[in-house]
Amino acid sequence: MIPSSVYRTSRWLAVPLLSAAVATPALAQEDPIKVGILHSLSGTMAISETVLKDTVEMLIEQQNEKGGLLGRELEAVVVDPASDWPLFAEKARELLAQEEVDVIFGNWTSVSRKSVLPVVEELNGLLFYPVQYEGEESSENVFYTGAAPNQQAIPAVNYLHDRVGVERWVLAGTDYVYPRTTNKILEAYLQDEFGVAEEDIMINYTPFGHSDWQNIVSEIKDFGSQGKKTAVVSTINGDANVPFYRELGNQGINASDIPVVAFSVGEQELTGIDTAPLVGHLAAWNYFMSVDTDTNYDFIDAWIDYTGDEMAVTNDPMEAHYIGFNMWAEAVRKAGTTEVDAVKDAIIGVAVPNLTGGYAAMMPNHHITKPVLIGEIQDNGQFSIVWETPSTVAGDAWSDYLEGSRDLISDWRKPMECGNYNVVEGSCGGGQADAAAE
Amino acid sequence: MRMIRSFVPGLLLLFLLVGFVPVAQAQDDPGQALLESLATESYAEKSEAIEAIITSGDERSRRWLEELLDGKLQRHKDSGRFVIVVENRGRSWPVIDALSFDDAGEMSRRDLDRIGINNALRGQLQSALAVLDLYTDDVDDRREAARELLGSMDATLVEPLREVIADEGDAEVRRLLEQGLAIHRLSEGDIDAIAELEGSLNSRVRAALNSAARSDDPLIADAASAALDDIEQKRRLNSGLETLYFGLSLGSVLVLAAIGLAITFGVMGVINMAHGELIMLGAYTTWAMQQLLPGQPGLALVLSIPAGFLVAALAGIAIERGVIQFLKGRPLETLLATFGVSLILQQLVRTVISPQNRTVVSPDWMSGSLMINEGLSLTLNRLFVLGFALVVFAGLMLVMRRTRLGLEVRAVTQNRAMARAMGIRATRVDIMTFALGSGVAGLAGVALSQLTNVGPNLGQNYIIDSFMVVVFGGVGNLWGTLVAGLSLGVINQVLEPWAGAVLAKIIVLVFIILFIQKRPRGLFPQKGRAAEG
Repeated sequence: MIPSSVYRTSRWLAVPLLSAAVATPALAQEDPIKVGILHSLSGTMAISETVLKDTVEMLIEQQNEKGGLLGRELEAVVVDPASDWPLFAEKARELLAQEEVDVIFGNWTSVSRKSVLPVVEELNGLLFYPVQYEGEESSENVFYTGAAPNQQAIPAVNYLHDRVGVERWVLAGTDYVYPRTTNKILEAYLQDEFGVAEEDIMINYTPFGHSDWQNIVSEIKDFGSQGKKTAVVSTINGDANVPFYRELGNQGINASDIPVVAFSVGEQELTGIDTAPLVGHLAAWNYFMSVDTDTNYDFIDAWIDYTGDEMAVTNDPMEAHYIGFNMWAEAVRKAGTTEVDAVKDAIIGVAVPNLTGGYAAMMPNHHITKPVLIGEIQDNGQFSIVWETPSTVAGDAWSDYLEGSRDLISDWRKPMECGNYNVVEGSCGGGQADAAAE
Repeated sequence: MRMIRSFVPGLLLLFLLVGFVPVAQAQDDPGQALLESLATESYAEKSEAIEAIITSGDERSRRWLEELLDGKLQRHKDSGRFVIVVENRGRSWPVIDALSFDDAGEMSRRDLDRIGINNALRGQLQSALAVLDLYTDDVDDRREAARELLGSMDATLVEPLREVIADEGDAEVRRLLEQGLAIHRLSEGDIDAIAELEGSLNSRVRAALNSAARSDDPLIADAASAALDDIEQKRRLNSGLETLYFGLSLGSVLVLAAIGLAITFGVMGVINMAHGELIMLGAYTTWAMQQLLPGQPGLALVLSIPAGFLVAALAGIAIERGVIQFLKGRPLETLLATFGVSLILQQLVRTVISPQNRTVVSPDWMSGSLMINEGLSLTLNRLFVLGFALVVFAGLMLVMRRTRLGLEVRAVTQNRAMARAMGIRATRVDIMTFALGSGVAGLAGVALSQLTNVGPNLGQNYIIDSFMVVVFGGVGNLWGTLVAGLSLGVINQVLEPWAGAVLAKIIVLVFIILFIQKRPRGLFPQKGRAAEG
């Protein structure tokens, strides 16, 4: 409506900007590359997500010290979706439409990712998602740097079955999409692969932030005294774990009797717990802070220096961001531009070092290769690694153990470019895939 | 954490175990070789190395096993020297030499290799240490050790344990050990062992009988099933009592969270949405107190009781003076304003302290459980909270019924104008009442810090439940709050096993809605003229 005045103002603005650009050589010759950070800084999820925001900021700072990317400086654009799922979509839209960021690093819970998904797809953005999740999804615009179920849950169950000799299973989880889907996969897997009888599987769901575990722990104790080795596979989320473990300790269940293997408990969560009664309980991740490699120690040292906290801990989603950020940077370098479509094509096949002494490669289904580690909790809140996969495992977007999902594959390379290709029907089936995910 | 107990009897056992007397210590230090064999990737080899340490008779072996169990036994990567880590937090760790136990300065965690163990090895180490513990003088330690050995005895232990039983003075230890031996005999197909296990409620005994009941030998299977039937019957009674205890314990938490609200909302009629955050402040006070008194979690917890009360009461006064007094008689505005206050307090804690949860340590006397019998034990932390809730309730009743403040509060809430005419300073009473209610919320926070997470969201989890309890019990009635809280807790826990935690919560909520429809004034409605106001 008033283009002329806008034009005039921008011309006036351009003069000092140009002179500033001339004054500083090398960097900032062009506009900075904008990196969006979409993590909750307030609300329930702030406990887990604030460190991820800091991680990306640290990585950006390190990259800028190395001279930026394509000769341009990186700039973080931080928004706070406040653990409010619909707000995630709004903030994502703000990042892509107003701030025009080149890439977004963000989200923790699956429900927030599902809320952001249509926005990122509509506006053709790039989203790096760093947390282990339930799978059954593959979007053209999302890169899943956390573990899919076959990179965490399945190997953990294998470990318990093969090495610990577990025959009876308690699948305990918080009542939302990730635990329910994961437990559905696990139940099918246990029955098909190990022939576990129905009465040897107990499934239990609890609300978010559940704090009264007396009855459930007592049930688990009872379930475990039937003469067969019993283990708990826990998809209990976030801080509900603290009272759960405390109750386990108080009712005298120790890890040699009934081990608990958790998929959502990492170093960060353990900082809120007195871990002495938990020693020996397990967690399955793709990274532990206690990994004994020089890259890892360097990362930890950088993190401690960045936070200024001598006791700061690192965890698996932080490593996922470390990998995702480096992959993106590598793809931008390879493509020679930050333009989304070019980066999307360039990133497939990119391999960058992970923190566990190997390499992570981006697969055509937008998932990455990861080693799977099983760790036992120590009294200092760290994990001691007791087992790891001999090589890395590629993330599988569609589980092979669920009806309807096992026929689907995802491949975003040309010419297929499909996130849910049905190999039986030979077609890219949108609606069906959604039905399978239900 | 384990202290080194007397070595000598342990050594005796080590000799008994294998009848092996160590050869005179040759050349350097045989310990180095023993530890060296632990530094392997294979857990099977580590297990053999542990066995070798146990049978070596080296007097340092106990310490080694304990440190290995704690993950403190580590190896310096370059020099191959074995050290024991004293404190394993941070980047650089103070260590002592594993052979001489002399101070060895500090080492970076980069340079140390931990001798990792898994649960199987942990079990092996715990049994080995438990066997040594059977020779200590402390009866409790011996009982603990005997319990630990239950279900994990193997053939090599049978003979030495028989001798232990013969010398043991304590009947409980003897019984536990004999039960353990019976489990071992049962696993080898001895049917007579079942008779010894009959009637025991121990879960490991049940596990053993359950696997025996699936045995191929029909005689053993039948006998085990019969023994199990008997045990199951006893257990049903115990689990009924257990559920009742769980219910009362959950109820006591509800009472604690709600009782402060019963004063501010029930008696004064102020809808304080920031009540949950006052609870949170109490919990953070406990955390702060533990930071001030490191190493004395028990003392810190006791001191937190008055401190938590004071902090929350002062915050309450600030809220009353700053917000609520201006909104007298406008419930909707009060609700919104105090909701705002609750958000401010949450974000304040996030910014000033941390968005992360804080660790509040439970003192030793509040961890573990009180064993009534082998099928029924009451968790100590919840037992303390239950008791604390009752004490707080009694104290509050005393204040309201027996003190001048209580009298004035009742007068002001019943008829403000008349009370003022009688010379009661109504504003001061308002402040005092609100401070009292808030302080009690702080006390709830101190107690909750022992049960749940101390984080910025602590209060939010309890605010709805608190209002529910107060409304259900009857607004303005403290007894109502007590009865409502305890009964809601019991109902919830009775429902939970068959409905699941999510559904149980919903059912309780629906029940309350229906109840309020029928009796809008709750369980114990206010009677008399005050009720009309």
